[in-house]
Amino acid sequence: MLNKINQAQDILDATCKSIGRQINIMEVCGTHTVSIFRSGLRSLLPENLRLLSGPGCPVCVTSQDYIDIVLELADRDDCIIATYGDMIRVPGKAGSLETKQSKANIRVVLSSEDALQLAKENPDKTVIFIAVGFETTTPASAVAVKEARADSIENFCILSGHKLVVPAMRALLSGKNNKIDAFLCPGHVSAIIGYGAFREIVEDFNRPCVVAGFEPLQIIETLAEICKQLLENKAELKSLYGAVVTEQGNITAQKIVEDCFEPIDGYWRGLGKIEASSLGLKREYSKYDAFKRFNITEKSSEEIKGCRCGEVLCGLIEPHECSLFAKKCTPIKPVGPCMVSSEGACAAWFKYGRQGNNNDNR
Amino acid sequence: MTTDNNDKILLAHGGGGQLTDELIRKHILPKLQNTTLSKLGDSAELNLPSGSLCFTTDSFVVKPLFFNGGDIGKLAVCGTINDLAVAGSKPIALSLALIIEDGFEMKLLEKILESIGQTARQNNVDIVTGDTKTVETGSADKIFINTAGIGVKLPNADLGIEKIATGDKIIINGTIGDHGMTIISQREGIKFESQLKSDCAALSPLTCELLEKTSGIKFMRDPTRGGLAATLNEIARTSGFSVIIRENCVPVNKTVQAAADMLGFDMLAIANEGKFVAVVSPESAEEALNICRKHPLGKDSSIIGEITASRDVPVVELETRIGGKRIVQMPYGRELPRIC
Repeated sequence: MLNKINQAQDILDATCKSIGRQINIMEVCGTHTVSIFRSGLRSLLPENLRLLSGPGCPVCVTSQDYIDIVLELADRDDCIIATYGDMIRVPGKAGSLETKQSKANIRVVLSSEDALQLAKENPDKTVIFIAVGFETTTPASAVAVKEARADSIENFCILSGHKLVVPAMRALLSGKNNKIDAFLCPGHVSAIIGYGAFREIVEDFNRPCVVAGFEPLQIIETLAEICKQLLENKAELKSLYGAVVTEQGNITAQKIVEDCFEPIDGYWRGLGKIEASSLGLKREYSKYDAFKRFNITEKSSEEIKGCRCGEVLCGLIEPHECSLFAKKCTPIKPVGPCMVSSEGACAAWFKYGRQGNNNDNR
Repeated sequence: MTTDNNDKILLAHGGGGQLTDELIRKHILPKLQNTTLSKLGDSAELNLPSGSLCFTTDSFVVKPLFFNGGDIGKLAVCGTINDLAVAGSKPIALSLALIIEDGFEMKLLEKILESIGQTARQNNVDIVTGDTKTVETGSADKIFINTAGIGVKLPNADLGIEKIATGDKIIINGTIGDHGMTIISQREGIKFESQLKSDCAALSPLTCELLEKTSGIKFMRDPTRGGLAATLNEIARTSGFSVIIRENCVPVNKTVQAAADMLGFDMLAIANEGKFVAVVSPESAEEALNICRKHPLGKDSSIIGEITASRDVPVVELETRIGGKRIVQMPYGRELPRIC
């Protein structure tokens, strides 16, 4: 494997040298972010190649208002909050789910199925599943909702914060950060939506989009492919994750999602309101929609004072450029969500990237 | 009042009266049998060889109580033995304190005591004194155990973090993360089918042999909570030197790795209960490695890295499989459930 890595690295070095300017490639998947940091891949990259961790971590992109809604719901004695572990520590206006965890009604689950199971086991409480995530987790939420309807489980609902990745990429290129030269496209999301979904980015914005797997070798080969395209002034759509990703994606999963959800305007940290970028439950499933059940609406919200997670997510700054990073904001006491989730850019920088004199927080 | 047929622990079992006496005589003593404990004195009198003594204590709150490869009882004995072992001593005697929740099943308690007795006997350690308390339902989670232990320092053991120097090698006696991932895989809410097995084991047979047969062992520690990452960071911070380890030299079980990848855990931060890290002078490293590999507790032993000069602040660095480098941080410590 080391041989192949070296080969890919040589191609990358040579192309980056020939390009001769700063190259910005954004990954939009938290698992890629972690793999890149954990494998030490950044230490092998040419100096003029910059990797930006974009809006790919579900917890990080979730709006402040959504977090506050979750915290308010957690105060209800008649409900159980079922959430993925990552959400537990995200700070809202009034603490986090972790600080409320002494209340027995907050449960960490690994899947939407577990949340549904909780509803079956606790018929006297309403189980609210905190449904966040991109296209990868949406099908599972849809399945749970369908199952709840089929089995007439009335005490189950979801607070859909599901997001779509392509509208976020469009929003970035349309305004927030047009310095992005190319996208290293997500592996898991592409397995669902198909790599064809990124064609509009290639065609409308003339940016290379290449899907990568999660092994360091696959990532470095993808970077080499992207740089080759940039050197030749091309923008092409490709998948180097052949075994898993097809152009059409998983049609069955897409149908289940389409059956339950419809695109609605979404609120994103850093990116604000983006048209048709979130998924809300369709009218026929409104019984299982926590927003409708508790009569809540998500609105645009002010972000935490001093926290620059939004700019990090847009690739405008690197985590260490935020004055709170590793000082007021650490994994032990996170200020913003990018420091909370293990897939967040700030947490990855903190955990794997800091060297020596940045250790003021110790 | 007949007390014979209690199949559950009652508050009265900790009340100091008839039921306490019966719990001790009928259920505890037979499992742990030794002459010192049988005297049931307020203190145990030990006749120890002269020289330095090592003394340690640890509490155990693991959930679930029984897991593949061990249980809270075995863990409580091994954990304290291991703390004595890595300090360079031969473990001699342990105390055992039980805090039991009202309603806990007697047959589970017996199973735990059986495991405690068996593990202690296998390692030539006596449980010489103890205590039992019961608390109301909800005031404890089934059973908590504290063990304290005394060991006699081996004459050859000359250990101390201040002895560590640049170039010293770092040895681990086998695969990492087995205990932590086993516990997680059996935890409520996460449970998944797996072949995972905790590495829970008493290390003193190997550490004693190592110290007796070779010189050049400078420091040892068992990487329990926080895993290898925490132990190496402690070594770096306290010694003032940096540490570099190589990913492809760190032994891992493939199933453990797959489970960790699935849940997004960093292998280096996952707990072990039958592993020690030894810092060894470069000239003794190969010999120490060979001794470890010949021992059943160390057949997968490996030299995983070495001590280096620190540039600025001491750091732990990992050379990854692809030849990249990254920092290994002190783990945050919240990701994992109660594991020991």
